[in-house]
Amino acid sequence: MHQSPSNAMRHVYGWLLLTPAAILLIAFTHFPTLATIYESSFSKGNLIRPSRFIGITNYESMLEDPIFWKVLINNFWFAVGTIPASVALAIAMALLVNRALPGRPFLRLAYFTPTILPMIAVANIWLFFYSPDIGLIDQILGWFGFPGHNWLGDPATVLPAIIVMTIWKEAGFFMIFYLAALQNLPPELEEAAKLEGASRWYYFRRVIFPLLMPTTLFVLINAVLNSFKLVDHLFVLTKGGPNNASNLLLYYIYENAFSYFDTNYAATLTVVLLAILAVVALAQFFLFDRRIHYR
Amino acid sequence: MSQAEIKRRHWTFLEALETVAAWFVAILWIAPLLYAFWAAFHASEYAIHFELFAPLTLENFREALSQAPFLRYGFNTFVLVTMLLASQLVICTLAAYAFARYNFAGSNIAFSLVLVQLMIAPEILIVENYSTLAKLNLIDTITGIGLPYMASAFGIFLLRQAFKSTPKELEEAARLEGCGMFGILWRVYVPLARPIYLAYGLVSISHHWNNFLWPLVVTNSVETRPLTVGLGIFGAPESGVDWSIISAATLLSVAPLLIAFLLFQRQFIQSFMHSGIK
Amino acid sequence: MFAKMRKTLTRLAVRKPNRRNQEMFAKTRKTLTRLAMAACFSTVAVVAQASTELTMYYPVAVGGPLTKIVDGLVADFMKENPDIKANAIYAGNYNDARIKALAALKAGEPAQLSVMFSIDIYELIEQDAIVAFDDIVSTSEEKAWLESFYPTLMQNGRTAGKTWGIPFQRSTIVMYYNKDAFRAAGLDPENPPATWNELVEVGKKLTKADGSQWGAMIPSTGYPYWMFGALTMQNDQVLMNNAGDTTYFDAPATVEALEFWKNLGSKHKVMPEGTIEWGTLRKNFLEGKTAIMWHSTGNLTVVKKKAKFDFGVAMLPASKRRGTPTGGGNFYIFKKTTPEERVAAMKLIKFMTSPERSAEWSMKTGYMGVSPAAYETQKLQDYVKGFPYAAVARDQLEFATAELSTFQTGRVRKLLDDAIQAALTGSKTPAAALQEAQAQAKRLLKPYR
Repeated sequence: MHQSPSNAMRHVYGWLLLTPAAILLIAFTHFPTLATIYESSFSKGNLIRPSRFIGITNYESMLEDPIFWKVLINNFWFAVGTIPASVALAIAMALLVNRALPGRPFLRLAYFTPTILPMIAVANIWLFFYSPDIGLIDQILGWFGFPGHNWLGDPATVLPAIIVMTIWKEAGFFMIFYLAALQNLPPELEEAAKLEGASRWYYFRRVIFPLLMPTTLFVLINAVLNSFKLVDHLFVLTKGGPNNASNLLLYYIYENAFSYFDTNYAATLTVVLLAILAVVALAQFFLFDRRIHYR
Repeated sequence: MSQAEIKRRHWTFLEALETVAAWFVAILWIAPLLYAFWAAFHASEYAIHFELFAPLTLENFREALSQAPFLRYGFNTFVLVTMLLASQLVICTLAAYAFARYNFAGSNIAFSLVLVQLMIAPEILIVENYSTLAKLNLIDTITGIGLPYMASAFGIFLLRQAFKSTPKELEEAARLEGCGMFGILWRVYVPLARPIYLAYGLVSISHHWNNFLWPLVVTNSVETRPLTVGLGIFGAPESGVDWSIISAATLLSVAPLLIAFLLFQRQFIQSFMHSGIK
Repeated sequence: MFAKMRKTLTRLAVRKPNRRNQEMFAKTRKTLTRLAMAACFSTVAVVAQASTELTMYYPVAVGGPLTKIVDGLVADFMKENPDIKANAIYAGNYNDARIKALAALKAGEPAQLSVMFSIDIYELIEQDAIVAFDDIVSTSEEKAWLESFYPTLMQNGRTAGKTWGIPFQRSTIVMYYNKDAFRAAGLDPENPPATWNELVEVGKKLTKADGSQWGAMIPSTGYPYWMFGALTMQNDQVLMNNAGDTTYFDAPATVEALEFWKNLGSKHKVMPEGTIEWGTLRKNFLEGKTAIMWHSTGNLTVVKKKAKFDFGVAMLPASKRRGTPTGGGNFYIFKKTTPEERVAAMKLIKFMTSPERSAEWSMKTGYMGVSPAAYETQKLQDYVKGFPYAAVARDQLEFATAELSTFQTGRVRKLLDDAIQAALTGSKTPAAALQEAQAQAKRLLKPYR
């Protein structure tokens, strides 16, 4: 009666067990992905003119849409600004916390805390920092006799301001993965390096960093995904302004779908986002040793 | 002194410097939270004027609670997170079990298709998922917020790993004792994967506690809005609400998770570490 | 969840054919069908008759515990009308309220009426979401009621010869100024700037070199197009036509107005350069960081309560004339409603906009009384006597115009917002920014002409 699942029935059981997950995944990941592509070939409908098939017209107008290019470029700089810095900080933090520093539990706690705060709450707090004249940063500058600056109101500083906040939010999260990796390294490594009289930089560059490579790749993928997924703060801080200087792709999708009710154009933009994610997925596929990570 | 001796001393000096740097960064890192505490517990005139002995007050919390139903929002979040985690655990366990122990036809393709969700999170597809939810008549329900996340590729992935590392002998032994398919799962696999369940549970709770965009799109009313959305529309700069009150509201929203984190920080950090080792 | 689904399904089943029939069949047949329907769904019908349930969304765009005040008004209404149950749902800012209400309608959620942005009218008509009040009012008394509001406040609620929105939380922009700062700078606190030139002169005297106090601040996030509507009106230029299908973003007077706004920062140095945050501006004013701010009258009560200095409120200054757009929210009734629900919704709207309630609302918030009758009530007259600034917004109505509102209003607005911000932050010249916005608006609106 209770045979090993290796007989023919295993196909049935396997699929039955998978069914609930499969239905949900198809309904909320695979189907909407395809539906997005389909919807992107229709025009925005309204009472007078119902939606109709228009082929690639939405894509053509997207290419002519200066805001589209702006959000794409912003997203690029957002990624470039946040990823290397937060990854470097995460490595540094992990290395620091991994050794017996005085107050290590507190340090680890402090670094990690931003991770468990919602982005929306974080943005609320940081809004007070960036506010011109009365904000904390301008006040501190004022003590040293510097004039205040309109951090979120100046197109030149708004994106950097948001990048700094995001680095603060993410570094501690990535640190955890490095910490896990470091704790799996044999402690003899460092002893050997000390005995050999290797410089610390050399030891890090030639021993630690290469050993952390799989973690770095994993963290990088996550960081790239986050840089396209993370837009919560824009709702509080800037709404994408001034003049779209801080607008990001997903936020622009939201605006089109839910402010202008142009779901078809929003779908067109989503296709671009999906294409970017597909590129990331392919990069992961080729960069990762699949055996280590997925088997 | 030998060359090695100098280098070792150099090493010690750097370690001291590092300690200072580590503390400096740590203080910088919790400063925003400390500032939120300062603003929330002081009257609004002290929000940007720092006086060490400024009188403490709970007035901001009272105001925040009277201006928006944060307790209700908190309850909604609690229901959402609990319901979601329960369904995730069941659905992901079944699927992971299938992938780990039933070498069924098409399982490799199916697994790749599951992993697609790691890349394309449901919030990326807000437009289409919203219309799906509307067709199901689930807009503005807590079920609706949770539904797209219930089958979690991440959960399936983690549990599959755990199940795969369970020794087959244990399964055989259980089978000899007369356990059926679900008996084996429940008596052998699930107990052995307990650390993974804990890890996944904590990651899931903190992720969904903090999720904003999708719940914002789906919810319309006080009865369904989670804390993040309630805070988002409460603190929206348009409303120009007092900073001190926004700070109080912010702390109210993060308090349950923050307290849980402080109490169980070891488990939290271990869990996040577990979840990253793939 | 299932109960909810079933409820909605049943409601749809009852309503949809019913509505269609009203339009398609003769009266007798309608009655017959209705009878048949009533027989099929008798339980539902009985419940619906026993009490009417209303759901309305409303926004809050300025500070203070406005939600409490709305809840209080709604509670009073239900006390007077025990057969109607009204749920008022706070939906965030104006944009959120429109999104939420329309989304709820699309999803088949109940919503019979809402307070939404007065400028959402074209979008709502285009989506076929609302019904004109002319089609609901029947008695001559109700028709007279439609005419009882300030005509200027009705401008944004009327198009194509019909009235679609009833003014509720309405405002104009006024100038708040810090009298103490005026005195400190040797200026007459009872004589606030009345022209653009005076604003610059006064502003220069009020601006402190160390940056601790600015002369004036006009917010340029949140609702930049609204502030700009004031500046253009003062320059004797409107931003759009009445049909909502043509904009005048590149008119010379429009460009001049934006140049003036930009120059306040870059040339005259009386205002910080870059954009100024709508949400934190009030805090700036209350902290004394700016001596003058332009803001919604909706802030009046909070400023009155929180200001630790002597402050004044004045009409906005003039270039060629005085001017401000009206702003704020109107009541709309949705199309997907039964006749009973419409009657109940009308009752609620009449209650909320009645002179007594409107007076109370105005005193508690700073929003305007919506009808002359509101200002004739004893309590508002007493209030204005003790606090004359409460009437500035009303007095300014004489110079007011409609707020920017067109078809595709969300997009068109955003075009203008972006152009304003681009000019203020120096990334484009005012003329170039506005020309671009005009060209794109023209393209967007072409199908509607």
